[in-house]
Amino acid sequence: MSDEKAVSIPKQAGSTLTEDSAGDGEVLLRVSGLKKHFPIRKGLLQRQTGAVRAVDGIDFEVRKGETLGVVGESGCGKSTMGRLITRLLEPTGGTVEFEGRDITHLGVGQMRPMRRDVQMIFQDPYSSLNPRHTIGTIVGAPFKLQGVQPEGGVKKEVQRLLSVVGLNPEHYNRYPHEFSGGQRQRIGIARALALNPKLVVADEPVSALDVSIQAQVVNLLDDLQEELGLTYVIIAHDLSVVRHVSDRIAVMYLGKIVELADRESLYTAPMHPYTKALMSAVPIPDPKRRGVKSERILLRGDVPSPIAPPSGCRFHTRCWKATEVCRTTEPPLLELKPGQRVACHHPENFQDQQPQDTVLLSVAKEAAELVADEVLAESAETSAAVAAVAAEVSEAAEAPVAEDASEAAAAEDDAEAPASEDVTDGDNK
Amino acid sequence: MSKIEKAALGEPAVAAPSDSDDAFLSVRDLRIHFNTDDGLVKSVDGVSFDVKRGRTLGIVGESGSGKSVTSLGVMGLHRSANAKVSGEVWLDGQELVGADPDDVRRLRGRKMAMIFQDPLSAMHPYYTVGQQIIEAYRVHHKVSKKEARKRAVEMLDRVGIPEPDKRVDGYPHEFSGGMRQRAMIAMALVNNPELLIADEPTTALDVTVQAQILDLIRDLQKEFGSAVIMITHDLGVVAEMADDLLVMYAGRPVERGPAESVFSEPRHPYTWGLLGSMPRLDREETDRLIPIKGAPPSLINVPSGCAFNPRCPYADIPKDNVTRTVRPELTEVGSEHWAACHMDQEQRERIWTEEIAPKL
Repeated sequence: MSDEKAVSIPKQAGSTLTEDSAGDGEVLLRVSGLKKHFPIRKGLLQRQTGAVRAVDGIDFEVRKGETLGVVGESGCGKSTMGRLITRLLEPTGGTVEFEGRDITHLGVGQMRPMRRDVQMIFQDPYSSLNPRHTIGTIVGAPFKLQGVQPEGGVKKEVQRLLSVVGLNPEHYNRYPHEFSGGQRQRIGIARALALNPKLVVADEPVSALDVSIQAQVVNLLDDLQEELGLTYVIIAHDLSVVRHVSDRIAVMYLGKIVELADRESLYTAPMHPYTKALMSAVPIPDPKRRGVKSERILLRGDVPSPIAPPSGCRFHTRCWKATEVCRTTEPPLLELKPGQRVACHHPENFQDQQPQDTVLLSVAKEAAELVADEVLAESAETSAAVAAVAAEVSEAAEAPVAEDASEAAAAEDDAEAPASEDVTDGDNK
Repeated sequence: MSKIEKAALGEPAVAAPSDSDDAFLSVRDLRIHFNTDDGLVKSVDGVSFDVKRGRTLGIVGESGSGKSVTSLGVMGLHRSANAKVSGEVWLDGQELVGADPDDVRRLRGRKMAMIFQDPLSAMHPYYTVGQQIIEAYRVHHKVSKKEARKRAVEMLDRVGIPEPDKRVDGYPHEFSGGMRQRAMIAMALVNNPELLIADEPTTALDVTVQAQILDLIRDLQKEFGSAVIMITHDLGVVAEMADDLLVMYAGRPVERGPAESVFSEPRHPYTWGLLGSMPRLDREETDRLIPIKGAPPSLINVPSGCAFNPRCPYADIPKDNVTRTVRPELTEVGSEHWAACHMDQEQRERIWTEEIAPKL
């Protein structure tokens, strides 16, 4: 990493992380089975009556130098996840490993040295800066808290950071209210970068900003990553922004990761129906495409409550492909294609994982009414193509996949709903 | 409902402008200025547009460009104590700026209605959703409470709220964001308004819910044939909804025209900037976004000449420093397509096709 020359912060002697760990593809942060349940207490004795399962068992890793994008609707637990990996919240279960060290249950004091390496950029540039402190105090605070004495003094370093993020160093003595939203977000970024962190977690860094300013901040994050070799976890709900900034993307739904893949595969061939629906809902700034409405998949209703999430696959209440197995069995997050992990029994663009289960749930039949026939046909086609390839491969290897396919052919006769035929057709032709 | 008055600064209007006979709403040179301690804020400074029945006008711009103030001006929702409103607003042959506030109030809710951005703050937390819809209906219709309630349930059902006969007695906080927005749409549409103004109706919502709401607005418009004004900063949303487009910058329109030609052949550098700033899902991945440098100007000290000149990369192309001294007027650059820029049309065409379009 070549960040020494760019940011001249002295070697942190107190740091316990002395292992030399350079090189691409190395895991910087590993999360397994991470859970956060917020208790709901009621009554005089404040007995716990339930829990909001904001994050409910997620696994992923962040590699050095990459950007992991996290998307999902509001309430899917993406922000809670961000706060868990920065340890601003105490996890209920699971582990968070940073550079191979378990930091899941470190105390405040033990966490402090780690705070240099993991920093956060917050969503709202208006509430994340103390209005009574000057910019100099705000951006200089990390040095004071960590007892770091940068070369040339704190003031000089702060001014250098300000110019790195595109602010005028002379603004050192100004207060946050004197800045616009975009400038404040830059101040937040400067503060996050002060101690030369290894991992920056940005929670909706641009969603409060105007489009033109959004582009400035996105470009700034890009430049800083290149210059300082940063690793980002960027949490956002805007799929086009996430595609622009991320190398890999995790899609969350109700506290779970439903799909985790590199950008290219996720956007060209999403495998989870939810990912597909989410992407089809993004309005495209091209009036000529308005006629092509058939691509859109409308989801019914709202995200269910995380207090009592649906059984089995959590998406089965809104999914147009849901079958009995989706209601009873939770699909594991499996790597179906290299670099593409998905938790679905009936993935898109891939062979069916549960081909014997073909009878759609009644909710799925209703949901399918909102999905254009073209979409169903297309997904059936693509899965058919994949299945055909897989069948060839498995014939050679005599793997059980071929049997599955023939089973599916038999099962087709049982399928009654026209929509379900559409879906199952693909798996055996 | 608060009593709203209007500054009758507009010239007494005699007859509707002849060039907009078929327009349902026609706004002419609307100006809305606010007196503040820091000086005169010219939030809207000369805006004109027409909306026909069954058509949708999209107004886009950054925050502070005057889009919301324009719509509130059309609705007559500015108080005379602070706001100076001038110009003309013709709604179905009736001038509103100089009209008696009581007359405007009778139109508001009935002939024109509004959907606000944040349904939680636009709805009263103390009353049930049903009570609020019933009130809106009974203000304009002499009907019994029972009938009005029936109508409220019917509207909630129409906008896709499940179990409307139960939810009608729910309070706004018991609804989810998307449901609240639906309830507000039900409230706005309860009197079958002929003009519907939607001010950032989906900005606070998730994409999946946004798609539902946009679909709903589109269906309802088809059903009732209303004229719709869609205010948003999201170019994707306007591309999806609008027939015509008005791009605003610092209180003035910089480009106006049919949505298709504004998107395919934009003729103002600010529109180029907006298009370049947004990452797009429908295009190949670009390395970098092309932001507009700087920030939107303060509306107290709007830059002289073209308000966009400090941020415009082409400000030096026109001769004699004209961009910094003379304010450009809207000129026709295509059929029904207008833009306010000092550069020659050929020059702009060349820059767009050679420099901007390939990078998008």
